[in-house]
Amino acid sequence: MIRPARNHPGFWAFVAHRVSGVALVLFLPLHFLALGLALESDAALEGFLAATEHPAFVIGEWGLVTFLTIHLAAGTRVMLLELLPWRDTRKGLIAFGAVLAVAVGAVFLVRAG
Amino acid sequence: MPQRANQTVLDVVTWIQRHAEPALAYRFACRVGVCGSCAMTVNGRPRWTCRTHVSRVARERRLRIEPLRNLPRLKDLAVDMTPFFEKWQRAQGRFTPTRTRAEPMAAVRPDSAPRRAADAGIECINCGVCHAACDVVGWDPDYLGPAALNRAWTLVNDVRDGDRHGVLKAASAGGGCHSCHTHGSCVEHCPVGINPTAGIAGLKRQSLLDLVGGGLP
Repeated sequence: MIRPARNHPGFWAFVAHRVSGVALVLFLPLHFLALGLALESDAALEGFLAATEHPAFVIGEWGLVTFLTIHLAAGTRVMLLELLPWRDTRKGLIAFGAVLAVAVGAVFLVRAG
Repeated sequence: MPQRANQTVLDVVTWIQRHAEPALAYRFACRVGVCGSCAMTVNGRPRWTCRTHVSRVARERRLRIEPLRNLPRLKDLAVDMTPFFEKWQRAQGRFTPTRTRAEPMAAVRPDSAPRRAADAGIECINCGVCHAACDVVGWDPDYLGPAALNRAWTLVNDVRDGDRHGVLKAASAGGGCHSCHTHGSCVEHCPVGINPTAGIAGLKRQSLLDLVGGGLP
């Protein structure tokens, strides 16, 4: 078995895009569950919202915001590359997405914290 | 084996075959980076071995030389290139003439946008390095691969070709350009500096324009 040579930014951008997408899909049922609590009663939703104050939940939210930014940046990158006339911006867009995700995550932590 | 200045990986393989293992099977022809027949996997990366200096790739004086990925192994370091060239045919990677040899040559402006796009991909030597580097080729045996699609892109941009629309259709059908995940492994490893990802993106864009009625330029 010959191992593939994958250690380059384009492949890692693909992995980040895919992993963040799967993570966001797994998060969605939790999101809908929280929204569904509002239909049940005020107390149920308030109880859930109180639980979101826990530090572990804040870290989870930070991950969510970061993953959303990664997925948005990676998806926009692919659309820009494939729909606009080609410019050699492939790695620049990957770097921009990585910096944007770190920055948005940092802003979230500062505001949460 | 003896170390020499400017020794290439192909020199190493040839020395092994001549002095240590006469039955070793490998493929080469020109030895100067033109014919594209000597590509192998060297220390985990697909490379043209005739233009790869040992001093640049050996790690702690060790080389691990394997055949190309994603192609059936015939023996030792030689792979069967048949699927690679069959995919060229499936992508309609052949020129369809519109003039006879009795007619004057077509005048094509070298600085026109389509000609520049074709020129960017025309120097492919069919070595199969991009095919071996591509993850999608490994995942989907039906995928045409970077080399065949790069060839299709040069023809779609060749105003002399008599069936550019047919090429675009062949290159954008199932297993064609729309299967590319834009990893860019082909760009990373192409020994002659071609960017097949750019050509494949062009095919995706052009086939979308064709679908909504834009047609070919």
